[in-house]
Amino acid sequence: MHIPDGFIDLPTSLAFIAVSAVGVGVALKGAKSELSDKTAPLAGLATVFIFAAQMINFPVAAGTSGHLLGGALAAILIGPWAATLSITIVLILQALLFADGGLTAIGLNVFNLSLVGVWASYAIFLIVKRILPSNKKAIPAAAFIAALIQVPIAASSFVFQYAIGSVATIPVSTVFTAMFSTHVLIGIGEGLITALTISAVLATRSDLVYGYRGQSRKLEIKSSARSNS
Amino acid sequence: MKEFIKNKFLLGGILVSIFVAGFISYYASSSPDGLEKVAEDKGFLDTAKDSANSGSVLADYGVAGIDNERLSVGLSGLIGLIATFSISLLIFKTLAKKK
Repeated sequence: MHIPDGFIDLPTSLAFIAVSAVGVGVALKGAKSELSDKTAPLAGLATVFIFAAQMINFPVAAGTSGHLLGGALAAILIGPWAATLSITIVLILQALLFADGGLTAIGLNVFNLSLVGVWASYAIFLIVKRILPSNKKAIPAAAFIAALIQVPIAASSFVFQYAIGSVATIPVSTVFTAMFSTHVLIGIGEGLITALTISAVLATRSDLVYGYRGQSRKLEIKSSARSNS
Repeated sequence: MKEFIKNKFLLGGILVSIFVAGFISYYASSSPDGLEKVAEDKGFLDTAKDSANSGSVLADYGVAGIDNERLSVGLSGLIGLIATFSISLLIFKTLAKKK
């Protein structure tokens, strides 16, 4: 879902560069307070994996493909602050090295995928996790739902930008219907890849999963409280 | 860097990423992605402009001058992976440094 130059007019594109720069600046502060020597390499690994996975376009419907956005995956693995930076690094390198996503569109893309994608995913993940029983199995299920919903949300975020500054004159409602339905399909792929990856990490090093760590710590406190009484 | 050799989890993750970017990438679907397809169907794809660097050596995930598609895509993936690895580690490690 990398927006090329030209879809959205220059003033809107520049405005979103400003908005995204503020968002990424806040994420830098958040990540600084959270990252440690132990988690920094993990954040690097998540970024590398998302870059690699984004190269794999999978077919979804007649003549359409999709690829991982990675917002949910990154947020659950390394936390939303570092995830915002992770997706931003991937987007900037893709635009600079591979001409994937326009240069003036970088703010639009960072807004949709690093800010909206990551934080919407993380919010949905927390809500679903709270509803499901609190065990290890619930994590990939919550990850699947968060990742799936993230994709049509990010697509809607593009439509929001299109409504503000589209160059074309096609009605917003037409673009919204097409974007939303196509990206629900892509979301299923996003959900599957995210849930499988999270499951694999949980199976090998569950202590490294940010979205699970808080919970396992709570369980420890509970069990130690019980053993004290 | 050291930890990626010592730590089995990090090493495994990097090896999987190398395999995906360097090898699996060749098998990726070449159909337009969701946004491009919608733009094409609804008739606003023609408003897209080539990026200022669309003629760069690695544009569109291939290495200019290498005709073998498998080699070209795989190599561009590996170059991108090394760039992502170096820059993200630099940023995250700098942020992790406590004053």
